[in-house]
Amino acid sequence: MTAENRIDLPGDSRLTHEGLSASGEGPVLVLACGALAREILAVIRANGLSHIDLQCLPAILHNHPEKIVPAVETAVAKMRGQYQKIFLAYGDCGTGGLLEAAAGRLGIEMMPGPHCYAFFEGTEEFLDRAGDEFTAFYLTDFLVRQFDAFVWKPLGLDRYPDLRETYFGNYEKLVYQAQTDDPALTKAAEDCARRLGLTFERRFTGYGDLAAEIRRL
Amino acid sequence: MADDEDIILSDLDDGELVLQMHDDLYDGLKEEIEESVNILLERDWAPYRVLTEALVGGMKIVGDDFRDGILFVPEVLLAANAMKGGMAILKPLLAETGAPRMGKMVIGTVKGDIHDIGKNLVSMMMEGAGFDIVDLGINNAVDKYIDALKAEDADILGMSALLTTTMPYMKVVIDTMIQMGIRDDYIVLVGGAPLNEEFGKAIGADAYCRDAAVAVETAKDLIARKHNHMAAA
Repeated sequence: MTAENRIDLPGDSRLTHEGLSASGEGPVLVLACGALAREILAVIRANGLSHIDLQCLPAILHNHPEKIVPAVETAVAKMRGQYQKIFLAYGDCGTGGLLEAAAGRLGIEMMPGPHCYAFFEGTEEFLDRAGDEFTAFYLTDFLVRQFDAFVWKPLGLDRYPDLRETYFGNYEKLVYQAQTDDPALTKAAEDCARRLGLTFERRFTGYGDLAAEIRRL
Repeated sequence: MADDEDIILSDLDDGELVLQMHDDLYDGLKEEIEESVNILLERDWAPYRVLTEALVGGMKIVGDDFRDGILFVPEVLLAANAMKGGMAILKPLLAETGAPRMGKMVIGTVKGDIHDIGKNLVSMMMEGAGFDIVDLGINNAVDKYIDALKAEDADILGMSALLTTTMPYMKVVIDTMIQMGIRDDYIVLVGGAPLNEEFGKAIGADAYCRDAAVAVETAKDLIARKHNHMAAA
């Protein structure tokens, strides 16, 4: 059975709030943030990695980093008996090193780097640039599609538009890290920049370091 | 919190007005807070009493509900904005009326970090608790912190970071203070979403503060200990 058939990708809203259940097949499980589901599945499909299964935790944990470590620990405890190897497709994601420490305790590998913004761009390049680009607000394909769920509503900008300056007054530009070439998504990203009062830059990244890490599993 | 459409603030007695101010802070009603502050001042309340009983008391409820997951960031920001309106009226009067001063804090986000919401909340609550605040704003290099600590004869250094990539810079600042032999001259408090107590200890801070309310209590406690230590010496 091919990866495409085993893994049934739900819509973005479900990936945000519920995540994705594993199919239960294959010796290797990638345990990922729901925001990476589509991209990881694309790498699996493009490379015929039929030995890899995918489970995603709700992407909205991105907004609650303190919940990521317990969610990962619970998922690994539940799934580890079924797989020879589990790989964690998360960056530090605002856990302040706690996720890396948890991965160490659990004996599983994870993506290097602070965020998916870093590994899509290439963590080394991203960190090299960080000193000059700290006034940039990043969006990926997924975050553009789920902008309202991740940014606009949780920050209360739908109810209190005057807070925009409080949140984004120190930012200068929105960098859209495009994983795919999709003119509609680029237009949506431009609209996100306009809503936040930021200048816009599109930067094609593809899947960056994520593809290389998934391929070597 | 309350249905205040028909409430005429000046008709309320002092106790009712203070409770109404707590509600108005909770609801982020800046104009109402400003009006109520002026009413209490007209009734000869000392500015310090208005600050502590009406504003700080109200923000404590906001802070507690935020901590307990009842209120969220946007509502806290609106409450803070309302308190800021009241503080702007009280601030010049507090100095004139000899309100108690707790100490002086230099605060800013670290180099490479522009996220100042938490830092601004801490500054405001510290001010409300009687601390003088020297706010260095965002993106501060080590020299800027140290120059300000010396120039202002400060008691406390507060550093804030939101990013995993910028939080290690706090250690650069503390290590520089150690090299210069001035580390123990100051209380160092750190905060920010990705930090935790372990990180605070590892970099040599005096305390990690989870939120603005904890920052205030920690600062008060450490300042009191410092004074006791100095008195004993």
